[in-house]
Amino acid sequence: MSWSIIIGILSSGIRLATPYLYAAVGETIGQLSGVVNLGVDGVMLMGAYVAFFVALRTGSLSLGLIAAAGMGGVFGLIMAFISVTLKAEQGISGIGLYLFGLGLSTFLFGITIRNVQTIDGFPDLAIPGLSRIPVIGEIFFQHNILVYVAFALIPIAWFLLNKTPFGLKVRAVGQNPEAADSLGVNVARVRYLTVTLGGMLSGVAGASLSIALLNTFQQNLTNGMGFIAVALVYFGGWRPVLVFAGALLFSTVNALQIWLQVAGINVPSDVALMLPYIVTILVLAAMAKRRVNAPAALNKRFERGES
Amino acid sequence: MNQRKLLDLLPRLTPILAVLISLLVGAVMLALLGTNPWEAYRALFIGAFGSTNALADTIVKATPLLFVGLGICIAFRGGVLNIGGEGQLVTGAIAATAIALSVPNWPGWLIILVALLAGTLAGAIWGGIAGLLKAHFNVNEILSTIMLNYIAVFGMNYLLRGPMMDPLQIKLGSFTPQTARLPRAADLPRLIPTRLHLGAVIAVILAVAVYILLWRTTIGFRIRTVGKSLRAALAAGVRTKRYMALSLVLAGAFAGLGGAVEVLGLHHRMFTDGSAFGFTGSAGFNGIVAALFGQLHPIGTIPASFLLGALLTGANKMQRMMQIPSALIGALNGLIVLLVVGSEFLRRHRIKHTQSAESERAETSAEEEEA
Repeated sequence: MSWSIIIGILSSGIRLATPYLYAAVGETIGQLSGVVNLGVDGVMLMGAYVAFFVALRTGSLSLGLIAAAGMGGVFGLIMAFISVTLKAEQGISGIGLYLFGLGLSTFLFGITIRNVQTIDGFPDLAIPGLSRIPVIGEIFFQHNILVYVAFALIPIAWFLLNKTPFGLKVRAVGQNPEAADSLGVNVARVRYLTVTLGGMLSGVAGASLSIALLNTFQQNLTNGMGFIAVALVYFGGWRPVLVFAGALLFSTVNALQIWLQVAGINVPSDVALMLPYIVTILVLAAMAKRRVNAPAALNKRFERGES
Repeated sequence: MNQRKLLDLLPRLTPILAVLISLLVGAVMLALLGTNPWEAYRALFIGAFGSTNALADTIVKATPLLFVGLGICIAFRGGVLNIGGEGQLVTGAIAATAIALSVPNWPGWLIILVALLAGTLAGAIWGGIAGLLKAHFNVNEILSTIMLNYIAVFGMNYLLRGPMMDPLQIKLGSFTPQTARLPRAADLPRLIPTRLHLGAVIAVILAVAVYILLWRTTIGFRIRTVGKSLRAALAAGVRTKRYMALSLVLAGAFAGLGGAVEVLGLHHRMFTDGSAFGFTGSAGFNGIVAALFGQLHPIGTIPASFLLGALLTGANKMQRMMQIPSALIGALNGLIVLLVVGSEFLRRHRIKHTQSAESERAETSAEEEEA
């Protein structure tokens, strides 16, 4: 394996981490407030479809991105309504949301676009100066704008969750909604905000696939990426920095897997494709015993006046 | 009093209302997209019920949903959310195919029996992996079963493109990823001269068996106790982890058997289009919808599967006749799940209401006794 191959794998590892980062950071915020949204994959698909459709019809990538965030937000609102207002079981609601997004994106694609097309997505932006640094520059500083924003999201999320009153409220609501409620925090409002924000980020995650990384849309484009994003939240123990590390590890395994296939190394491609999913299960098994940070009210419904 | 009765009835009707609302939403979407929803649904209805063949196809489509749905009834009642129907169907089908192809000279009934057992076992193992991960490593079963779905599908792709590929495909050089046709002796008997096969009957009989298991046996009682209240089950000395794992094993077994029945009764070989949905037709997910729609009751899951089978079969007709993508029904299925789960709210409030009424009644009668 020569240097250029290693650089290539690491560079595409960074690139491929993008959708996971958006979706997993959104999911982290939602889960910290006590709501598991398993429908991420369906929301990503809707975001990917809408971004692609709008970009294709208007020629504006930015409009596509905004539409994806908006669509993600709407799906987040649906999830919030079902899980917060109607207090439904979160796991099954999420699967319902997934099926809805999967079906609707396939349906709309079949009616409006019909066959697989490609567009010119967000171009790569070499950062002046930094991109000239040998090795480092090639790995980190020659990507499209959505990749950079995804990485900027990590410190932003960390700051938001750890250093602001809003972050404190989110954690309080996730750890002990009764106490937060008695201190005057509006539990439902906080959860609506986090789940909607999470939905918007999932929408952007989908857009990052359809108008920045793959530049196309087809049925089930994400192929389960959203579920892996949820797994990354557990993997990272609800800490943005560790979620980030997990996403990077995961996407690098993925990049390696793609390289194995391209290089024609004698691993059957289907077996190589299993790799990320097996790694996820193993990692979940290894991490599950040390769940110290889990929000105590995760996946539990909250009703005022109930002790 | 009448109003009270109506209110009591409402929660029971919610699944029906959910379907009606979903179809209404679908109609609005179709209208917005410039199609006549009335025409579309007419095509759907004809496609599902319009002829003996259509009706037979509806039942054939419903059969795997019922198998998966029965497993879901057990799992969800046991408090574990098995989303692994797809993977369990696939592993069951692979095992049944492999067995049937390796003993072509056995008598037909024996091949069928062994292949069905192999499918059941393979599904049980696939569900059991998630059960083991849950019991010993505290891994969230939703995530593990979803990951296992992908692993099963890639495993299937590998086998059908490699070791299990039809020798004829290799000889012809077309390399279609499918197995050879199973020995004809191993075809499940057809009920009437349509595609309708014995699988539907097996599924319905098993629905009764699941009812007996859940409500008439100690094991079933414990499974339901674990699902209702983990704390109560622990206090009663039930080994909760073991029963959660068991629920996943049983759920996997039913889905695996469903996969085996699909192969022996309908396709007579395995094939893949590379995706998860090519072979299963999303039955692993739609089985969840069927079980929820049947209120997690095995007997209720029978008509629920039938109705969903009708929607799915009709959707194919709608696609052919009106060029409306059949994925519309997939989206509506998701909506049905959201509505059914969301309406639990109504039911909980009803229960609370009756409970407080009952406790009031108990209090007054106690007072009366004291007096």
